[in-house]
This record gives sequence, C-alpha cells and structure tokens, in this order.
Amino acid sequence: MDIETIVKKLNLKVRCAAANLKKTVSGGYTGDLLSDVMAKSHEGDIWITRQVHQNIVAVASLKDHAGIILVNSCEPAPDTLERAIQENIPIMVSEMNAFELTGKIFHLLTTKD
Amino acid sequence: MPTQETDHISYQRSFYVEGGNFNYAGTVSTSIKSILKQMDLPNDVVRKSALVSYESEINIVSYARKGVIKLSIYSDIIQIEAIDEGPGIPNIELAMQEGYSTATQQIREMGFGAGMGLYNIKSFSDKFDISSEVGKGTYLKMIINKFSSR
Amino acid sequence: MKLREVKEILNAEVIVGEDKLDMEVKTAFGADLMSDVLAFAKAGSILLTGLTNDQVIRTADILDIAAIVLVRGKKANTETISLAKDLKIPIMTTKYILFETAGRLYAKGMVGCVEKVDNANARN
Repeated sequence: MDIETIVKKLNLKVRCAAANLKKTVSGGYTGDLLSDVMAKSHEGDIWITRQVHQNIVAVASLKDHAGIILVNSCEPAPDTLERAIQENIPIMVSEMNAFELTGKIFHLLTTKD
Repeated sequence: MPTQETDHISYQRSFYVEGGNFNYAGTVSTSIKSILKQMDLPNDVVRKSALVSYESEINIVSYARKGVIKLSIYSDIIQIEAIDEGPGIPNIELAMQEGYSTATQQIREMGFGAGMGLYNIKSFSDKFDISSEVGKGTYLKMIINKFSSR
Repeated sequence: MKLREVKEILNAEVIVGEDKLDMEVKTAFGADLMSDVLAFAKAGSILLTGLTNDQVIRTADILDIAAIVLVRGKKANTETISLAKDLKIPIMTTKYILFETAGRLYAKGMVGCVEKVDNANARN
C-alpha cells in the first residue's frame, strides 16, 4: 500500500513532499522517543509521532521511512517543514490520537482487500 | 495572598522541591493527590489539582535550583502555588505557547519537555497566574474550583 | 475488555497486579510523552508506552489510569516496580512495539480514549 492510499482513507492532511506519496509503506512505527525510533523502526515504515521538532526529519531520513504522520493535530515546526521539503520526506497531520490512528493503519496494512 | 472569593482556609502545607533531582520528581504531587483523595472531593477535582501540581513540580526539578509547592485548601477552592528560585522566564508569552520548550535531552528522556507543561497547567486550572523575574525565579498560582468541574 | 484479555492479546507478562486482571478496561492511550498523557488521557484507560521510569507511574497515578502496558519488551527497574506496587497500578510488558500493540488491541475492539484533538487547540 502506498502513502497516498493511507492519506485518502484516513483523511490525512499532507504538509509537504506531496509529490512523493507513491512510496510503499511496508510497516509502521509509533513512538515519541527518538532513540527508540532509531533503534527499532525499519526502512519503509510510516512513523507515527507527536514530536514536531526538526530532528524527526533527520531520523526519518536516516531510517528511510516512507513518511511521518503527526497525531493530535500537531503541526510540524517551521524548520521541520523546511528540512522535510529539502529531504523530500512527506509529513502528514491527523487529528486522531496515536492509538486510534495506529489501529486504523495497522488494519489497512494487515488486511488484504 | 488568598483570592477574593475565599475566606476560610481549612488546610495548608508546603513541600520542598529540589531542583535537578530527577529521582524525586513527582513525589510531592503524589502526596498532594493522596491528601486531596482523603478529603471527599470529586475525583476530577483531585485529578486536575494533582496534574497542575505535577507539571509545576517537573518544571521546578527541570529548570530551577529549588522551590516550594504550597497547597492551600479554602472552602470553595484548592490553591496550589509553585514558587522557585531559578533562572526565571524571559518571555512568558512565548513560554506559555504550546510546543515551546527549552528542555534538555535529560528532561525529554523523562517524557517531558515537549512544550506542554505550562499549557497543561493553564488549561487544567480554573484560574492561573504566572509571574517571573529573570535571574530570580518564577511564581505560579493555580486555582481549582472544588465543586464546579470542567 | 478485561485486563486479562489485554494480556492474552499482547502475550504480555504481568509485572504488577496479577490480582487485578478481571478489571474492565474500555479505552487506551499510547504515548511516550507524559505531558501528552496528562493532557489527553482519561481515567480508567490503559496507557501504552515505551517509557519505563517513575514518571510513567506517577502520571498514571495522577490520572487514575487503570493499567500500564510497557511495549517492545521493556522492563521497569526495581524502584519503579515497587512504586507501582505502592500506588496499586498494574503493569505488564509486551514484546510488541507500540505500533503492533495498538494495532492488535484496536483490532479486538479497544478504542482510543479521545477521538480527535480539536484544531482549536492545535499547536504552534
């Protein structure tokens, strides 16, 4: 499944790198501790977090995440957005909390339709 | 200073908070919660009071040299004051903004420092005052109404 | 759902509160930032987190959180465990990452304890 499908199904707002939504999402990682994300997430994961500072772009880029979804209506900080544009990493925003959004994405990724 | 709508103080206690000592961070607020629990107050009033106390306590531990959290119970309200000796806040308006933080890595690893502290304190208090002097310290006053909850 | 079912769904190991597995829990909140938990989580929810220090226990106590689930096989240290015992807060640990933990619970009907965060409160 690509990011675009997830964006459409879950009504996410795309904040940057809108041209880069065809990437395949192979899994997910939910968490706000950057060291955990560095240690345990995988290439192709969609990362669900509420952190908004620019380090998230560095982490997503290093780990080759498919994209980042910010929960609880958190908006990326201006320098985060700037850096994500440079690195061409899609950042999306959801009004859902991490549990609910994770539940829905897990469902999409594990259900064959 | 008690607020104008209060007259009778039924309980008062001050708790010392040591700056920089993360081992004890939160112990004061756990005590405050258990004191309030025994007073037959609505659960959400107890929770809100403990919550604003806890965020203030974390702030003192995180940023100040030392401080005091003072719990005062009046007939209609619970008043919690957090008074610290520390660097103070140069721009209160900025510090109150959700998401603004000057937290260190250590604070972030504890699960704080995402710029939600003062914002939470303000939104869970029925009345909130803050004043600060750079190089001296910060004073917070939080009031929770005992009987009308959000 | 009973806490016992949460334990089974997550193949979790109970660290504190073996006697409380018949407790009913309906909602969940997943986060590593305690200020977010304080802002949004509701009394009676279970808290799913990758943070394992005392602050998790104190936050849970303050909000009357029903139980704590530590994710990705994390264990709390002895002091933290004894604090949870003192404050009578059940803790379990699961090998699943938070993504999988939330996904599995959601699939079994557990819901989030807040539906959406209003844009009026949006950050920055």
